[in-house]
Amino acid sequence: MGSEITAADSASARSEILRRIRAAKDGVSDADAAAAAWSNVARDYRRENEPGSEAVLEMLEDRLRDYDAHVARASRGEIASTVARMLAVRGKRRMLVPPGIAPEWLPAGVEFVVDEGMTATELDGFDGVMTGSTVAIAETGTVVLQNVPGQGRRALSLVPDYHLCLVNAGDVVKTVPAAMDRLEPTAELPTTFFSGPSATADIEMTRIKGVHGPRHLDIILIA
Amino acid sequence: MKGMVLDPKTSPVFPMAAKTALEDTQMRKNVRHATDVIQAKRARVVGEMPDWQQLREAGKQIRQHTMEHLDVYLEQFEANCTRAGGVVHWARDAEEARKIVTGLVKASGSDEVIKIKSMTTEEIHLNQALEKAGIHAYETDLAELIIQLGQDQPSHIVVPALHKNRQQIREIFQRTMNLPDLGESPQDLADAARMFLREKFLRVKTGVSGANFLIAETGGVCIVESEGNGRMCLTLPETLITIAGIDKVVPRFQDLEVLLQLLPRSATGERMNPYNSIWTGVQPGDGPRTFHLVLMDNARTKILADEEGRQTLNCIRCGACQNVCPVYRQTGGQAYGSVYAGPIGAILTPQLQEMHHAQSLPYASSLCGACYEVCPVKINIPEVLIHLRSKVVEQNTAGIKGLFDFEAGAMSAMAMIFKSERRFRAAQRMGRMAETPLVRKDGRGEGWISWLPGMLGGWTQVRDLQEMPKETFRDWWEKRGKDGK
Repeated sequence: MGSEITAADSASARSEILRRIRAAKDGVSDADAAAAAWSNVARDYRRENEPGSEAVLEMLEDRLRDYDAHVARASRGEIASTVARMLAVRGKRRMLVPPGIAPEWLPAGVEFVVDEGMTATELDGFDGVMTGSTVAIAETGTVVLQNVPGQGRRALSLVPDYHLCLVNAGDVVKTVPAAMDRLEPTAELPTTFFSGPSATADIEMTRIKGVHGPRHLDIILIA
Repeated sequence: MKGMVLDPKTSPVFPMAAKTALEDTQMRKNVRHATDVIQAKRARVVGEMPDWQQLREAGKQIRQHTMEHLDVYLEQFEANCTRAGGVVHWARDAEEARKIVTGLVKASGSDEVIKIKSMTTEEIHLNQALEKAGIHAYETDLAELIIQLGQDQPSHIVVPALHKNRQQIREIFQRTMNLPDLGESPQDLADAARMFLREKFLRVKTGVSGANFLIAETGGVCIVESEGNGRMCLTLPETLITIAGIDKVVPRFQDLEVLLQLLPRSATGERMNPYNSIWTGVQPGDGPRTFHLVLMDNARTKILADEEGRQTLNCIRCGACQNVCPVYRQTGGQAYGSVYAGPIGAILTPQLQEMHHAQSLPYASSLCGACYEVCPVKINIPEVLIHLRSKVVEQNTAGIKGLFDFEAGAMSAMAMIFKSERRFRAAQRMGRMAETPLVRKDGRGEGWISWLPGMLGGWTQVRDLQEMPKETFRDWWEKRGKDGK
């Protein structure tokens, strides 16, 4: 290893790479030309969106079950009791929650601890985590979390071994493009898409549930 | 392959390496099984998309458009990533990239890093450079861990250990993790990896990753993965260093709506892979406090300058072309002598590594076109292969060596013959005379040649050649009457 890389090295590397690109294309592009050309990209694919329709909800449930997640439906009044039932089935008693989670979602008889910047090792000590969600994609069985109140930072839904996630029926869209439309205004927030529990197919292409992320996933659809 | 790195500068040429690989029947069985399974899964989830062709077309156009305005988008990405608290570095080549990353790891105060599977870091042999500087890299993707602990080399872009079966993986884990009683079910093996890596995730303060997409519009980075090891590396360390080729940029957040449909279905045959992460710079209270992003050229601008080769840069590294390739399915990935194997490797490696280091790879294909059919961004791999073959011939005929080059000589002799009708007829007559002693008649009176001398013998080693017809098409055409009878 020769000498350390300096700021001057990086600046000259930058101008050299940009020069090579412009030489390769015989000229400089500008932002306006790029924007005009971008809008000419043919986008003839589907961007169907039937948020919250029965067909879309059923498709999401089907796809999530395909990934081995448990799915239940609850009306607004039944949320806390459904949470209590699902946690009892899983035997979970000490749950993490993000700041800003709706208090009416939390049943009595379970310990809920609000994350206030715990270490990873502390997060690892809980039975599981419960969060809300931003949007869900029926066609791919995907739920999307962002760092907002009620969903929390990324480590929260990652380190504990069990994740109970609540999804509003009105946030369930059919296609990936429809979901990206909804995410665009908050595109800069830390964002996590998850489709089923953590999995791998690295050994003989056999899908195995649960490697490093939560090994068990439950979803409550609030309809 | 043990202990070596897949470096086209030092690897044996493809025909030699392939010969060795073909003798490894266990490896071939493993590769065939794995590629069969992925192909079937891919076919199923692609089949359920009524707009797959429209998505492919959009994917192609987005990538092509990005390359046409690459300077604009890189500058936009840099400005937006910097505004969000990231630090952007530029590396002209592999050596500069290795130096930058090594320096950044040292500056983070750590002598170990946790790593997400990254083809770009494989391409520049980053782990070896870190090791030399006294920094240990822990690979955290299950397949990469198998490769690292087994001192092996990757053989596939997406599933780098697909040449190993469960018994072989168990043997590696038993030995290196000190688990003599480990079972051999995939679940046992995944659990062992979880145990082994958990402690590293919670302890190591510096993470190193590649990137799937850099979003120019927001300065954000997107990584797709399965196991959650990626999320661990992106979220828990204090310092994150991401290294990406300059080709990884996409114009806008909206473009992900196409690429995030094409990539998972093509790569692992899933409707969506288990996890996608998107982050932008540094977010206080969520993830690393320091974020560095290294933009690396390493010959990508050379590819950009070659109009016919340029489409190679559109690749989103799904590996679908490897799974369908009849050559890859026989030889496995390591015979290609590069971390990029299969059809995409056959076009990417020679262009990344200067042609003379990988002369044989453009020939490691039957030009059947299956790779083009499955490519989610419609890279016409056979077209680029032919283009590269012509460059190989050109290169070989450039110097004095070219005067003695048999293939180049044969090609120019062919060109001379085809140019003149008289010479063409003479050549046909000569061919019929020359073949006479070699022709054997079969039961139906058809003549077959099963042995040809010298270099022509390559053709008859695996197939018979039918004798030339007594009457050529030209003779027949001239003999037939004016009314076509």
